[in-house]
Amino acid sequence: MQKRALVKTLGLTLGAVLMTACASNSDLAEGDELQPLDAAAQETAAEVETKGVDAQAVAGEQVDAAANEAQAALMDVSVFYFAFDNTTIKADSKNSLIAHSQYLAANPSARVVLEGHADERGTVEYNLALAERRALSVSRFLKANGAASAQIETVSFGEERPALMGHNDDSWSQNRRVEIKYQSR
Amino acid sequence: MRVSVLKLVIQVLLLSILALQARAELVIEITQGKQSAIPMAVVPFKWKGLKALPENVAQIVANDLGRSGYFNSLPKTEMLSLPNTEEEIFYRDWELLKQDYLVVGEIKEDSRGGYIINFKLIDVNTQTALMNQKLTGGASALRDIAHFMSDRIFAALTGLPGAFSTKLVYVTTNRERTKFNLSYADADGAREQNIFSSKQPIISPSWSYDGKKIAYASFENGRSEIFIQEIASGKREKIASFKGSNSAPAFSPDGKQMAMVLSRNGNPDVYVMDLASRKLNRITTHYGIDTEPQWMPGGQSLIFTSSRVGKPQIYQVSIADRKPKRITFEGDYNARARITPDGRKMVMVHRNNGRFHIATQNMKTGVLQILTSETQLDESPSVAPNGSMVVYAASVGDRSILAAVSLDGEVKFRLPSKYGDVREPAWSPLLK
Repeated sequence: MQKRALVKTLGLTLGAVLMTACASNSDLAEGDELQPLDAAAQETAAEVETKGVDAQAVAGEQVDAAANEAQAALMDVSVFYFAFDNTTIKADSKNSLIAHSQYLAANPSARVVLEGHADERGTVEYNLALAERRALSVSRFLKANGAASAQIETVSFGEERPALMGHNDDSWSQNRRVEIKYQSR
Repeated sequence: MRVSVLKLVIQVLLLSILALQARAELVIEITQGKQSAIPMAVVPFKWKGLKALPENVAQIVANDLGRSGYFNSLPKTEMLSLPNTEEEIFYRDWELLKQDYLVVGEIKEDSRGGYIINFKLIDVNTQTALMNQKLTGGASALRDIAHFMSDRIFAALTGLPGAFSTKLVYVTTNRERTKFNLSYADADGAREQNIFSSKQPIISPSWSYDGKKIAYASFENGRSEIFIQEIASGKREKIASFKGSNSAPAFSPDGKQMAMVLSRNGNPDVYVMDLASRKLNRITTHYGIDTEPQWMPGGQSLIFTSSRVGKPQIYQVSIADRKPKRITFEGDYNARARITPDGRKMVMVHRNNGRFHIATQNMKTGVLQILTSETQLDESPSVAPNGSMVVYAASVGDRSILAAVSLDGEVKFRLPSKYGDVREPAWSPLLK
């Protein structure tokens, strides 16, 4: 748990660095295209450019690797839990779901099935509908964050496929879930 | 002589072994009887045949009547005499035992290997025969004859049709949820047979009003789709496999339409399909959950569960105007409503203090009554076709079993399975 939190923090920090790096890079690229008004400015810009490109090219590679790792760690989470009779995505699910969205956006051939599940309390058909709406919630979230509709399929199993067989709060909290299953990466 | 006694003993032993093997998967336990139940005795019937009878007819009748809640069947061990004809009745015995009614009879073999049962229903107080009937049936039909006899006696004494010759379908599954069966059995759980098996879930079995077909949702192709299966032939037809979930099928009373829930437009909504043309008529359009449609008698309107106010409540909608009207107001979870055949009461899953129970609501007054308390996670109520009992699924220990309760909550019994979990019962209509 602590390790995961650390990876997450690291990921976010490095992500921020990466974003800064990208920003400087594009600034410089724009500057490059501009016709400099005087030599000094050009020289300064060139200096900064040379230094900047060197330093940031190296840093950029490191950040990419770490960011990929962080993204992979976030994507390791593929089961998302819900409160009773509720289809709202929990706050602590969001970073991982964003990572999945970004992956789907970056890999247009990737396909996922979102499997919705409910706990055994309440009626079979209501739970089938509830679990379907959970899957649809996740689907909407993924699409809002860059995934395409064609990449996502939803299916509901209602209360029929519990992850845990117990008849208690522990089992129920594990059974109210949406599982992201990649059909192709 | 000694040899023949030995032979008889062996025969009896063999028969009892056979009888054990033939026992149903569901075993009835009566957990609560009615205070006002009428005391009656079904005296063991006389049988002169050479072979032992495959079924104990009097016992089946006594069990049927006892389980109905309307009667208290006197155990054989408490009977003071065992008459088989009206002439043999010594009324003082039955007055002493405070019995109101008596059933006596005898079973004979007919020339073709079938059975003839003559029985009389006797009113102990007036010392008269209320019923004198002769029933016949084939060699394999003794159980059917017994249930038929129970129906006749029940109808004569209560004025209600008996529902003992009816059937149940339900889903059985192993603990690991790797095997699912759609099972078909007598209303007392006897003679169970699987009519469909799958490695994927089966839910929401539902009868056609003529008792000839069953519709259900099966996940055999990876998501829920609706099938109709003919009981006699086993022939199956896929009725709905639109994008998303296809579930909660309910035949209309005239058998021409089927209400169902489809999520083809993203959100689960209630539709009515014309079975001949397969044309769909969308009934609900709300962004909340709309599910579990059930036809009101007459087929002009549906009741269904909706989360449109946030929590599940029951609504009624007429097919003509499609304007849903909320009909449950007590509690924050009312779902899966079923209606009694006379349309007077609704039976549903109701949450009270965090526990799920079966409750009835009077359709006119709106008064709600909780029927169950001993079982947990009660769901899937289904009403007997004579409106006397509700069968439902519940959790007892870590098992899922079937249980039943009378509409007044006074009689309760359970049908625990010997293995695995039993769920989703559906009581058949009266079968002709």
